[in-house]
Amino acid sequence: MSTADRLPPPWGQLIDRDRALEFEFDGRRYSGYAGDTLSSALAANSRWIMSRSFKYHRPRGSASFAGWDANSYVQVGGEPNVPGDLLPLEAGLAATPQNVLGSLDRDFASATRFLKRFLPVGFYYRAFFRPRGAWKWWEPLFRSAAGLGRIDTAAPRRGYFDKQHLFTDVAVVGAGPAGLSAAIAAAEGGADVLLAEESPVLGGSLNYARFGRTPGRVAGLRDELLARVTGNANVRVLAGTTCSGWFADNWLSLHTRARLYKVRAGRVVLAAGSVEQPAVFGNNDIPGVMTGSAAQRLMRLYGVRPGNRAAVVTSNEDGEDVAKDLIDAGVDVVAVFDLRAGGLRRLKALPESGGRHVKGIAVTHADGRPETVGCDLIVTSVGYAPLGQLACHDGGRLEYDNGIHAFRIGNCPSGGDTAGSVNHIYELDAVLSDGAAAGDYAVGALNGRNPVRMKVEDPMAGSANHPYPIYPHPDGNEYVDFDEDQTIADLINAVGDGFGHPELAKRYSTAAMGPSQGRMSATNAMRIVSRANGGNNAGQRITTQRPPFRPAPMGVLAGRGIEPERLTAMHDWHAVHDAAFAPAGLWRRPAYYGPGREQCVRREVAAIRRRVGLIDVSTLGGLEIRGPDAAEFLERFYTFAYRKQPLGRTRYVLMTGDTGAIIDDGVAARLGDEHFYVTTTTAGSDTVYRTMLRRNAQWRLRVDIANVTSGLAAMNIAGPLARAVISRLDADIDFSKEAFPYLGVRRGRIMDIPVLAMRVGFVGELSYELHAPASRALELWEALLRAGREQDVHAVGVEAQRVLRLEKGHIIVGQDTDGLTHPGEADMSWAVARRKPYFVGRAAIACFGGQPLLRRLVGFELPVDIGGLPDECNLVLRGETIAGRVTSIAHSAELEKNIGLAYVHPDDAAPGSTIVIKRSDGARLKGAVVTLPFLDPSGARQEL
Amino acid sequence: MKVIRCPLNGPRNAEEFVYGGDVLAEPDAEATAREWSRYVFMEDNSSGVVDEWWCHAPSSYWFIARRDRSRDEFIATCTVSDYFAAAGQP
Repeated sequence: MSTADRLPPPWGQLIDRDRALEFEFDGRRYSGYAGDTLSSALAANSRWIMSRSFKYHRPRGSASFAGWDANSYVQVGGEPNVPGDLLPLEAGLAATPQNVLGSLDRDFASATRFLKRFLPVGFYYRAFFRPRGAWKWWEPLFRSAAGLGRIDTAAPRRGYFDKQHLFTDVAVVGAGPAGLSAAIAAAEGGADVLLAEESPVLGGSLNYARFGRTPGRVAGLRDELLARVTGNANVRVLAGTTCSGWFADNWLSLHTRARLYKVRAGRVVLAAGSVEQPAVFGNNDIPGVMTGSAAQRLMRLYGVRPGNRAAVVTSNEDGEDVAKDLIDAGVDVVAVFDLRAGGLRRLKALPESGGRHVKGIAVTHADGRPETVGCDLIVTSVGYAPLGQLACHDGGRLEYDNGIHAFRIGNCPSGGDTAGSVNHIYELDAVLSDGAAAGDYAVGALNGRNPVRMKVEDPMAGSANHPYPIYPHPDGNEYVDFDEDQTIADLINAVGDGFGHPELAKRYSTAAMGPSQGRMSATNAMRIVSRANGGNNAGQRITTQRPPFRPAPMGVLAGRGIEPERLTAMHDWHAVHDAAFAPAGLWRRPAYYGPGREQCVRREVAAIRRRVGLIDVSTLGGLEIRGPDAAEFLERFYTFAYRKQPLGRTRYVLMTGDTGAIIDDGVAARLGDEHFYVTTTTAGSDTVYRTMLRRNAQWRLRVDIANVTSGLAAMNIAGPLARAVISRLDADIDFSKEAFPYLGVRRGRIMDIPVLAMRVGFVGELSYELHAPASRALELWEALLRAGREQDVHAVGVEAQRVLRLEKGHIIVGQDTDGLTHPGEADMSWAVARRKPYFVGRAAIACFGGQPLLRRLVGFELPVDIGGLPDECNLVLRGETIAGRVTSIAHSAELEKNIGLAYVHPDDAAPGSTIVIKRSDGARLKGAVVTLPFLDPSGARQEL
Repeated sequence: MKVIRCPLNGPRNAEEFVYGGDVLAEPDAEATAREWSRYVFMEDNSSGVVDEWWCHAPSSYWFIARRDRSRDEFIATCTVSDYFAAAGQP
């Protein structure tokens, strides 16, 4: 079994013999060539065992050398489950095997194979749940035994992951002869073509298959096709890129090891090829047993001799090709077992002691004659399964066709087509014609013609597939599914246990549920289950195929996240001035300025109550409503009345939905007969704007609505000295009490900056809310701070603002209301104009009016000496039942009280009632319901 | 991912759109509470072809789509004004 020497050229066309690379596997150093994969380089070093199997820890090596089975999965640093068949060899690569206890060659857990008969299919569904509680004991054991590879959270990141969007007329998946020919036809027809190939090398089977039916035809063909592809500017080639999903309207996901491509294609041509299926016989899983195409890949691609003495088991012409290839490569072909001529009764691979490699093959011929042949390689060529899984992601079906003994793709997505051996076309010229036909058809369909898809058939297709290449053996160990160690008996038992439906058999036995997703097992499993059910395969479907087609690294899926973030025009100023930021929707708002939350908030509250403060309120939404029906629109959209709202005045707006629940609030400033400026809450601006446009579309009023939130910044200068500060600025607005009363709105200029100034009462002090173009807002902000130096003006964050508004008993929509709060519950009936014939929510609010309230939002006070405030959302109890919850709570230094808002039972809503609040620590606190607001009930301060 | 044809922005990815429910006539002012509650709370969720409100979120543009729910297929999209003009309610 010495294959240390590579085959001479032209064998090994992918390897660069001048570039030897040192690498490490399982702690040992090896040498390979550039162009090798990990699997081929190990094979070249006669290192055939790459992993231990999942359940019985049997030694396994690659069976396909194309990554179709999971036998070659290895751990590379912190990354588990990397297919060694696809992993390009790099200098210094260090990989370790997976699922090994002890060493790869001597695995302690392989002893579980002696327990095999005690571990029947579905065993953990049945065996470990009795006595009661037993699962708790077993589970940790299974958890540690289950799964492949190890996630190492301490491992350094493997580079950089990102995402890319691509658009193309025609996406061709697979760059074998069919895909190349489809890409050429489409590109020469004028279409933009994206050609994706999983292997780093284009050409597919042209690189390794012999195509014995057309001798001499394949020579030079690959280079000729590649020249036409690379020479055409319309073709973009993505080699080493896996297509892992085909979604609605030709949306494809493709990925490399570090990038996810999201591709929108006009047409898709699936030319993914087919997977050679293993034969099922005793010990068919041990290293040294492989498919014919695996042996061809080793020789032609990597120059690795797959063995020295080979036995070929075949039922088709490709097996003959493989035998000829082996002979050409100097392998001693000691036996060819043709399954067509009478066939075999029994078939079994003979393992070396320890089971680490094949040492022979034992058969019983049809006439009963036994034969044993010594060999170190068994290759099988018994048929193919089309790689039609991608088509199934968007509605396609794989249905068994007894005429060709294989699955066929049905109901291909309407924007797509299939070409080549996925269509069971194997003869080389037929494959090329089929690809070209698919490419032509794609161009025709894109150009809006109604093209006819030329049908290509391979008359020999039926002979490629053995109808039942399954050889039960009295000794068992005939593996149908390598991933999950499922044998013929396991599947038959699943049927016997009543799980005969293919979908149930799959789940019960777990066959085809492993990482290779049944690519090398689903066909044989279906045949076995169908026969055990007494059927003949006809009409059987493959179990549901879901994306991804191949496992993708988590990093590829996570990629770079792009979280949009909105910053106000004054953001940098806040950052420089030590603001602690708090998220508000996509915005980041200053919560308070300076170190030490409590003292900062207290200082900022005091600034506004005693002197003057400046708050950045740019995050409030700003909407312009213009047109002859502007007032009518607001009448319908909000609960209050706006038709008679005077020019130059603001009015509160309250928005309810069809259910009568409160959705948003703000103020409407009337700037003209046909012009309003409306503010929304920070979180509500996009939703309110979208809803306004929807209503406008529905009502079709003469109104234009513009969202100017991003164009404007806003700040609120508030406090008893606010007028003194703002009046110092050069402005054409008269800020005096007489000229600009409470609830007034004025447009003008401050220092040549256009502003909209509104007197609002949110924090309960004299205040001017200034809306100005975002481009100049910082200038205005700094000017106000300079002007107020004498008054010791403070920048004030959102936390202080929350305390200030709570002292005034103003609600915050979304904090003090929930999805069910209607105006009656929140004591907001004053803002509902009941006489209006219509507004959104009117019918529901009218219904609520006829029913008793279920809860009410009230203000309450708690004693100061309770040793800690309750939290927002702490419960309000009435006896032992829940009556409501606390929605806002704060200590008011101004009032020297603990104050809050809470939902209570309507019978407890009268001022003077006692409510009980259950604090987070379980303590029950007695509070008193009081009249709102807590501060300045006459409003004298805000109307100053 | 599906492609939806926005009458304003052309074909765009479905993730850019927001669903807005069936096109339904709002009950009139004299409607009973029962009629209103049916309108507000009951979604027919019927199979087959339905007309629905859709919004292209980045441009906040509302339009009407005719969709076959059983086949998960957009049959046609049109502007709101065209839709209601065709329905005789300009």
